[in-house]
Amino acid sequence: MTTTVPDEAAERHTSPGTADGPRRRPGRIRRIGLPYLLLLPALLLELLVHLVPMVIGIVMSFKTLTQFYLRDWTTAPWSAFDNYRTAVDFNAPVGEALLKSFTVTLTFTLLSVGLCWLIGTTAALYMQENFRGRGVLRALFLVPYALPVYTAVITWVFMFQRDNGLVNKVLYDQLGLTDKPLFWLIGDNSFYALLTVSVWKGWPFAFLIVMAGLQNIPRELYEAAALDGAGMLQQVRRITLPSLRPVNQVLVLVLFLWTFNDFNTPYVLFGKSAPEAANLISIHIYQASFVTWNFGTGSAMSVLLLLFLLVVTGGYLWFTSRGRRTADV
Amino acid sequence: MRTERTAAVAAVTMSLALAATACGGGSSTGGGSDDSPKTLTYWASNQGASVEVDKKVLQPELDKFEKQTGIKVKVEVVPWSDLLNRILTATTSGQGPDVLNIGNTWSASLQATGALLPWTAENFGRIGGKDRFVDSALGSTGAEGKDPAAVPLYSMAYALYYNKKMFADAGISKPPATWDEFRAAGKKFSKGGKWGLGVEGSNLSENIHHAVVFAKQQGAEFFTPDGRPDYTNPKAVTGVKQFVDLMAKDKIIAPGNAEYAQNQSVSDFAKGRTAMLLWQSASANLTSQGMSEDAYGIAPVPVQSGTPGTGTGVNSMVMGINMAVFKNTDNLDGATKFVKFMTSDGEQKILNQAYSSIPPVKGAQADPAFNTPANAVLKDTLAKSAIAAPQVAEESQFETTVGTAVKSLFADAAAGRPVTEASVKAALDKAQQQMPTK
Repeated sequence: MTTTVPDEAAERHTSPGTADGPRRRPGRIRRIGLPYLLLLPALLLELLVHLVPMVIGIVMSFKTLTQFYLRDWTTAPWSAFDNYRTAVDFNAPVGEALLKSFTVTLTFTLLSVGLCWLIGTTAALYMQENFRGRGVLRALFLVPYALPVYTAVITWVFMFQRDNGLVNKVLYDQLGLTDKPLFWLIGDNSFYALLTVSVWKGWPFAFLIVMAGLQNIPRELYEAAALDGAGMLQQVRRITLPSLRPVNQVLVLVLFLWTFNDFNTPYVLFGKSAPEAANLISIHIYQASFVTWNFGTGSAMSVLLLLFLLVVTGGYLWFTSRGRRTADV
Repeated sequence: MRTERTAAVAAVTMSLALAATACGGGSSTGGGSDDSPKTLTYWASNQGASVEVDKKVLQPELDKFEKQTGIKVKVEVVPWSDLLNRILTATTSGQGPDVLNIGNTWSASLQATGALLPWTAENFGRIGGKDRFVDSALGSTGAEGKDPAAVPLYSMAYALYYNKKMFADAGISKPPATWDEFRAAGKKFSKGGKWGLGVEGSNLSENIHHAVVFAKQQGAEFFTPDGRPDYTNPKAVTGVKQFVDLMAKDKIIAPGNAEYAQNQSVSDFAKGRTAMLLWQSASANLTSQGMSEDAYGIAPVPVQSGTPGTGTGVNSMVMGINMAVFKNTDNLDGATKFVKFMTSDGEQKILNQAYSSIPPVKGAQADPAFNTPANAVLKDTLAKSAIAAPQVAEESQFETTVGTAVKSLFADAAAGRPVTEASVKAALDKAQQQMPTK
């Protein structure tokens, strides 16, 4: 009984608190809830802008979505994995064309990213030295990156024209490097035309990022290396490149994804039907869905592309960060 | 406390608004209503030299319509490169114009999507009846046996445009009527940087329009009577090869034409770089390029025998523009009135003169304005020797796949690679494989 007294006392003591509790709790919920409430619009927007279209795309890839169901595509019949089967059946024409386009895209992307990186890094290294006109040159180098894609690429279209284009004027008329004017926008040379424009458009980004990365390398390292008798090449190999490693890791990945997915450049260069030598996968998918009005197959190809890029990105990040960890040890 | 509450209210309001817009879009139910009777949206195709020219041509007519009916028409002139994609997007989302122009070759394809209002006898009655229109134009308004998906608005046909002075200089007294004469004439012009003929090798639609006619002259169709693609039949191969051979074998087309897609061949002709051009209703275009009307002559496109007619004597597709009402319109009555207005005899005269096309409406076609020698050739072709595009649901895919095949054949020819029966057949076979299987 005596023990209850303190209990009661305690109860009585806390009772104002509990009596206060119900009155204060909404306030607490409100205080805790407000940040989430404020996040809600952003979350909804994220759903609306990113996730919903992606999910719809994936749903579409399981449907036979041809022109007959366009008006109300929810009525299109389910086709299970038929679209995927069509896309990866490499013995049938559709799959064969997809595989070919995939190979072209991969070759193109590797070459383009490699060249962008090489030119960008070289330019950034040379721009490290202080000399007159450096600012002007830096600005000039960034112009291709700053130009609107359409304007830039349409200019290239004019330059690549066979009869009146600047490229043939220089290569054939003035330098005599080719024995006849070449076609750049149709036929096999279109691959090189596409590669040229892509590198021209992409390297300033590499230049910009590497230049920023170079600012973070302490000058003392170079001075110490110079004292030890390391030449320019040695310095680049032993100091610059290892220090740029984290920058390059991101740079190469971003360039790869952008180039692999690039739609604007080939579309403006070649229009709806790209020549086979330059038939990038994004254009190919566009053609499969918009031009032949088979949105189901197009979506299936897009999902496959998404999966491939996920695997590549994951693999790349795993590989490069593992390499770095061992290097750090 | 107060600011916190305001923030919370704002956040909730915004979320609700977002959710509402997310759910609100794209409801594609309903088959037309009269919810907004005072306005109409109209997508016009680009018929004149530029989008701006079209706006100037159309606006006074739309003002006239507003005066008559009190309905305001908001017009947007959509370039050809975008038109089909825009229509597809509108179809998918249900958010489109009330009235729109379509290329008449797309009629059956768009009809299959169910996006366009079918022109039943009753609907035709509201615009004055089906028999006001010319038969050949009605043949390109949708699949046979179904109610048309659109009504004819402007009609066009291919003709042979030739440079009179170049013909006189070469001592050729009359335009060629057979392909043999055509090739012989072409060879005379193709020297010293000038060429016999100009084509748009990278323009898929142009390629198709010629491929269909060349194949038909051999007696071939690209679709079987039950609507299956049949691109590789030997006669179609011969027809397509004959067209590409104008560059590959006969060498009367400059190789550079293989990459033309922006009407460069029209400006080449206007500048006197080529002596001949096969084009549809080119007069207005040539005038805007600075070529005076007495500098060129117009003749029917050659045929194998020399006399255009039906069957293997055809020398043009029935080209033209149709006008359709979007099924989801919220001003059905106004849309119908607008179609009636645009296809009335008076408007037909004004618009077709502005675009150098032929009215598909009988009453307007009889007008003397369409009896000039140039228009007589086009009218004659439409009436006697033009065939409709294949009226099958896959016509639009046909244009792209076969158009691409011809483009690649021109690329081969331009690069000096041989164009053989086998290579033509292979290209057409590839095109056929890309068609959706039924």
